[in-house]
Amino acid sequence: MSDLSTIKFAKDIRLTTLEMVYHARASHIGGAFSMADILSVLYSNFIRIDPKNPESVDRDRFLLSKGHACTSLYATLALKGFFPKEELLTYGKDGSRLLSHTTHKIPGVEISAGSLGHALSISGGLALAAKRKSANWNTYCLVSDGELNEGSNWEMILLAPQLKLDNLILIVDYNKIQSLGKVKDVINLDSLKKKFEAFNWEVFDIDGHNHEELTSALDQCQTKNGIPKVIIANTIKGKGVSFMEDTVLWHYKSPDENQYKEAILELEKN
Amino acid sequence: MRTAFINQLIEEAKVNDKIFLLVGDLGFSVVEPFAELFPDRYLNVGIAEQNMAGIAAGLAMEGYNVYIYSIGNFPTLRCMEQIRYDICYHNLNVNIVAVGGGYAYGSLGASHHATEEIGMLRTIPNLVVCAPGDPAEAKAITTFTSNYVGPCYIRIGKAGEPDVHKPNGPGSLMLGDILPVSKAGEVAILSTGAMLKYVTDFVENNNIKASIYSFPFIKPINSEKLFNIFNSHTKLITIEEHQASAGFGSAILEIMNDFAERKELTSIPSLKRIAIPDQFYSVAGSQGYLREQAGLVLEKGDILNAISIEK
Repeated sequence: MSDLSTIKFAKDIRLTTLEMVYHARASHIGGAFSMADILSVLYSNFIRIDPKNPESVDRDRFLLSKGHACTSLYATLALKGFFPKEELLTYGKDGSRLLSHTTHKIPGVEISAGSLGHALSISGGLALAAKRKSANWNTYCLVSDGELNEGSNWEMILLAPQLKLDNLILIVDYNKIQSLGKVKDVINLDSLKKKFEAFNWEVFDIDGHNHEELTSALDQCQTKNGIPKVIIANTIKGKGVSFMEDTVLWHYKSPDENQYKEAILELEKN
Repeated sequence: MRTAFINQLIEEAKVNDKIFLLVGDLGFSVVEPFAELFPDRYLNVGIAEQNMAGIAAGLAMEGYNVYIYSIGNFPTLRCMEQIRYDICYHNLNVNIVAVGGGYAYGSLGASHHATEEIGMLRTIPNLVVCAPGDPAEAKAITTFTSNYVGPCYIRIGKAGEPDVHKPNGPGSLMLGDILPVSKAGEVAILSTGAMLKYVTDFVENNNIKASIYSFPFIKPINSEKLFNIFNSHTKLITIEEHQASAGFGSAILEIMNDFAERKELTSIPSLKRIAIPDQFYSVAGSQGYLREQAGLVLEKGDILNAISIEK
């Protein structure tokens, strides 16, 4: 049975994200929406972190690699109480600390990201540190599908099984669209599952909008069996607003007033 | 220098359990003693420098003081963005160690000539840029970086360079220190990195009167000490095993210009920069041969003429 609270939280993340993007006339809402369900389930039931003590040494680490989709992470953190919700409306404005790519100056954000292909290596370093210190926290890293074009990711995808980093949980937001078109038309990743299996990762190939599947996969990722885990979350870019779904346009576009209102109505209905 | 570095790193690691060494599948017959003594604080990440820099950032976030080690351009140019963004923007305790600075790997070709990295690295905020001049400076820089909080770049030479600082070396270093090797006359030769031995030999062999200063730090440079050098000499010669563009001589010029612009200098010394003239060299040859090809040589006349003008 679906967890109604995570579904409600995902809706709140999307509504809050929409508001930020609309007021800032910002872009990247498609990729922010595609990962909203992942964030909801992660932050509701898996990532062990205290919003009032976000630098506690025994917290789980979450690293967002696709920093351009920062709005839904900022929304998630504000809604969870890491910083005041009111601050979200300063997003992208002059002097705001809420940059348009994830910034580590924000409570709860581990690293700044923006240049793609960086966070997985850092995540590997964190997971290695936990191993060397016999600490039991996990490192979660969320990457986009397009950024798997970056060779640096594959350096860590090669190394993590060698180091037996079973405390490293990689999530691919596989929304099938990158900057200039469909992933399959730019560099086809299929079969991503077989690729990760060939690299000796434990793979969970799931519907990234289905909270039961996300929960089940994340539950299984807690197993310490010497193998790093990857969740291939098959998602839809712009998920939640029909006219934004599965189109490259909403990697760039900001909604006008009518689209904003229409999007709210759709999100409220779901 | 390589040996001085690793030996001192081992000494530091004995008393500082935060020191962690990552290598990019290089360091044969150098890193093994560290790996044997501190297996929990050592890792060969394979031939993957971008990953190495990222891993170092992650380890540093968890409190380690990380050294990443490889040859010349590999832990620097190959992962420049990871250095800038992951390490320096997050202001982490990562020390990037490049062996084989300049033409140390002469005949191995342009891939192994580390002749541009100082210019690239010294523009990055938060990063301290070091190029020790002899094994004693390499040892002192290792101690400095093991205690310093923040990112550092350390360009070291190869194995077997002689010590210049005798008998007890330069002692402990403060950030930005300039090391006087000799003080004499109106001309000062400012040397960074492994050019130092050549400079001291040249002055000694030609029986020339000139001050020699070694700069183990290219960024930052102690501006008060440098101001005193500007004020007490009429001619300066900078020498470095690096492209003229954006290198050590450029750094000295920038600082001198800022003093002059603020009208803090009563007279401005002339400055000759000896550096690589915007070229690659595609001939085989020893370090010494390639230095000559690139014009990294002192001219006796430059120093003597300046002295006679003074008189």
